[in-house]
Amino acid sequence: MGEPFVGIVARRIGRFAGATASQISAINKKYATPHIEITPAVRAALLFLRLYLLALVGLLVYKFVTLVR
Amino acid sequence: MNFWARLFYNWRRAWKALKLYGIIAGPGIIVMVADNDAGGITTYAATGAKFGYSLLWFLVLLGPVAFFIQEMTVRLGAVTKRGHAESIFHGFGPFWGWFSLVDLILVDWLTLVTEFIGMTAALSIFRVPPAITVLFVVLIMGTMIVRGNYWTWEKIALFFCAVNLVYIPCAFIVRPSVSAILSNGLIPHIPAGGFTNGFFFFLMANIGTTIAPWMVFFQQSAVVDKGIQEKDILWARIDTLLGSMFTVIVAAFCVIVTGTLLRGVDIHDAAEAAVQLMGINAYLGTLLAIGLFDAGLLGAICISLASSWAFGEVFGWAHSLNSRIREAQWFYAFYFFALISAGAVVLIPGAPLVLITLFVQVIAVTLLPASLVFLIIMLNNEESMGKYRNNAFQNVANVAIVLAIVVLSTMYAISTLFPNWLR
Repeated sequence: MGEPFVGIVARRIGRFAGATASQISAINKKYATPHIEITPAVRAALLFLRLYLLALVGLLVYKFVTLVR
Repeated sequence: MNFWARLFYNWRRAWKALKLYGIIAGPGIIVMVADNDAGGITTYAATGAKFGYSLLWFLVLLGPVAFFIQEMTVRLGAVTKRGHAESIFHGFGPFWGWFSLVDLILVDWLTLVTEFIGMTAALSIFRVPPAITVLFVVLIMGTMIVRGNYWTWEKIALFFCAVNLVYIPCAFIVRPSVSAILSNGLIPHIPAGGFTNGFFFFLMANIGTTIAPWMVFFQQSAVVDKGIQEKDILWARIDTLLGSMFTVIVAAFCVIVTGTLLRGVDIHDAAEAAVQLMGINAYLGTLLAIGLFDAGLLGAICISLASSWAFGEVFGWAHSLNSRIREAQWFYAFYFFALISAGAVVLIPGAPLVLITLFVQVIAVTLLPASLVFLIIMLNNEESMGKYRNNAFQNVANVAIVLAIVVLSTMYAISTLFPNWLR
């Protein structure tokens, strides 16, 4: 008797997820070293972007919580 | 050299230059005209209906803003031969790279849904069912890429750009007062009623439609896919400049149409404006609806490609429109998946389309500042850009533009989340 259909699908999904994970880790390795020189101005800009994103995500979460309530 | 010989020589030179431009033209015009997508046309129609010609001067100012930003993507693409997503990975590492890629895919997909909303609304005026519209759009966009040829895709996209000029004859049909346009529209001023919250909201909405994250990613990838070299940068800049002029002209003529005939009417979407105009003049309503469908189609064409290019660049798949489907399966699979899934959402009964339309503005501003800041930083990298890096004037202009866009688009997103904040 052949392998059940669900088993085949699960195996394929597993194989696809594994291949994607290894591809992502290869990409992370390839680009691990940033090629932009991190001057104080660049560092300040990146810090601003992180804070900006945190503030925006905070607003989105606040909106979501007030909507749910 | 006598007069006739000099004339012939100059004519030959001009003809050669024009032919060269004809080869390089494309990405700049397409991205700029596609900027007037379904959301853009809705904003312009509502702006005209609300403020008449009073904000035309502001739209004219947005032309140089779009040009300065997009021109940077031309240089970055032509010199580094990398798309924007790959450039961010290369320049700033995996954290910012993944953030930009995932955010871009999300923003693009949501924007694609809004393009389908615009296109189905436009064709519903002609009693075309949404399912047929979605199928028709998927077929058109499939046909554009199926030959595996960038040139074919570009020429078809340029044809749709030409259709976008439909608002110009519309404006001539409504016979606006030229003196009113010149005196009330083109001289910068605050409209009667002063600097109200509503006025500020419309300023922000118009800026929000001028620069979108997908435009930065799209044009840089298109420059790379087309194979534009450093020596072609001047022509690619001219292409971008012409595109920015087209986008302003289309926006201005759309405002003139609704500003002349629908002044004082509250317009919530461009299809509603087309229906209203249909009651006044059937030709006008028809042209406006065709223009809205075309705007949505152009937006969909560029946005779905921006995502596929970005994914292909980072994952290392074949990602050129010059590749046939079997040579770049993942690239085209992603393209069709984004397209069909976004179209399917519009067909789901009771899908939260209004929420998606509002949400897309908010998600877009999570990506816009990052992509613009990265653009300026990369354009100042002497090691990779050499003599094509930003000069002092470009830096001052671009930093000022980026700061203004970041502040205003963020305020627009906040006012979308919290409507009582401004209105």
